[in-house]
Formats: sequence, structure tokens, C-alpha cells
Amino acid sequence: MITVRGYFAVFIALLALTALTTGVAFIDLGGAGNVAVALAIAVIKAVLVALYFMHLRYSSPLTVIFAGAGIFWLGILVALTLSDYITRG
Amino acid sequence: MAEGPGAVAHQFDDFAQQHEASTLGMWAFLITEIMFFGGMFLGYVIYRASYPEAFADASNHMDIILGTINTAVLIASSLTVVLAVYAAHESKQKALLVFLALTILLGLVFLGIKFTEYAHKFEEHLFPGLNFQYQGENPGHAAIFFSFYFAMTGIHALHMVIGIGIFLVLMFSAWRGRYSKHYFTPVEMAGLYWHFVDIIWIFLFPLFYLLGRHS
Repeated sequence: MITVRGYFAVFIALLALTALTTGVAFIDLGGAGNVAVALAIAVIKAVLVALYFMHLRYSSPLTVIFAGAGIFWLGILVALTLSDYITRG
Repeated sequence: MAEGPGAVAHQFDDFAQQHEASTLGMWAFLITEIMFFGGMFLGYVIYRASYPEAFADASNHMDIILGTINTAVLIASSLTVVLAVYAAHESKQKALLVFLALTILLGLVFLGIKFTEYAHKFEEHLFPGLNFQYQGENPGHAAIFFSFYFAMTGIHALHMVIGIGIFLVLMFSAWRGRYSKHYFTPVEMAGLYWHFVDIIWIFLFPLFYLLGRHS
């Protein structure tokens, strides 16, 4: 299991990423560039929380499959819906 | 079979199996929550793609400083939650109570800041439906942005109110000495819920406060 020190390391990393994403928002990287950076940082933060705060890294394979199933079904929702909206004339 | 706190219910072989069942049940609930918020996130993405200028313009009405502070507050509350779970796991009664209280406090700070932001939006007539007045171009499209903003952050805030309620109940049980290294499952499950709510905010923050800021 993770130690108290590990929890604080994750906490500091999350705060640093928050400061980074706010700072980058003021730099013009082109519309798509800013979206990509902001979402990439958000995904990294979410993964850090899930792996270490929600203990997914130390959980049973079945628990990981449950969490993965949520993301997988979200993927179906997004992929099928966007495949409609993107391909409309 | 033993009774009382720490007892394993008769349908389980041992504590580990019971704990695993609770964890899986909690994750099954969180999957429904992912789909619940996922639909709203998807709606936001589609409308943002449809009206990019109006959404970028409207997002400049967000208070980026308060948003960043609130993100930090919520991350700090996630830290106090894992420390509470750790304290329960180590049978540290006093530390458990302190960290639960800190979590509730940080949750209330978040809601207080959110309430301040909402109040400003009401004063600036940016709440759709109630005398909505928008100076920029395409007020109708900006109204869609603010509808998503109030709906998604509002439902997120409702989840936090429920979470604070759960932690109050846990504090009462912890004060009665119900949790120890033999039985801390409720503290851990409440923690999973709270971290999930934290993750939702981690995505709400860039989508509403950051995108379009540079323009």
C-alpha cells in the first residue's frame, strides 16, 4: 500500500498540474493546442487520483475491470454520438 | 458469528471478501455516475464545437482565480480523505475524526466560493431564464454555455453536499468508536465517492474556466 509520504507526493503533483494548466491557459497555442493541453493535464490528474487516492493501483484485477468498464462505456457513448454529429452535412 | 462492528456478514467467507464486494458495489455505482456526467460532458462538447466563438467569449466571464483556488481546495480535501482512510486503517481514532472534520471544512469552503461565484453571475444577469442580459455577440449561444455551467457545476455541488452529509454520519460513527483496523469499509467507500466528485471537477475546471481564456 501507499505511504502517507506517497499521498503528499501525489497531492503536490496535483497542485503543480493545476497551476500549470491555469498558466498555460493564458498562452495562445492555437485553439486546438490549448484544448489538447488542458484536457491532457486533466486526464493525468484524474489518473493520479484514480490510481493513488482511489487505490486502483493496489486493487484487485476485478475492481480495475469495473473502473475500465465505466470508461469503455463512456467511450461508446462519445464515439457513437460524435460519429453522427461530425459526419452531418 | 460475531455481532457488532467489524463482524463479517453471514453471506461472506471473510472480511477480505466482504470488503471486495463493497468495493465492487461502490465502483458499479460510480460507473452509473460516469455515464450520468458523461452525457452532460458530451452535450457540452457538441455545443462547444457548434458555437466555438460564443463559448470562448462566454468562458471569459468565469473567475479564473476563484476557479483555481477551488480546484486546489478540492484536491486538498481529497488528501484529507485518504489520510482519514489511512487513520481508520491504523486504528487512529483521533486522527480519523480530525481528517473527517477537515474534509467537511474544505468541502464547505469549496461550496462557499462556488456560492460567491453564483451570486456574481446572478448580479451580472448571466443566469439563463432569469432576466438574462449578455453584452457580447450571440447572447443565445452564450446562454447555452451558462446553462451547461449552472447545470453541471450545480449537480457537482449537489454531490458535494451529499458527500458532506455522508462524512457527518461517518464522524458520528467514528466518534462512537465504530471504525478500526478491523472495520473501516464505510470510510473507504465514502472516500471513493469523494475522489470521484473530485475527478468530475478536474474536468469541469478546464472546460468552463480555462478554454478560450487566451483569446
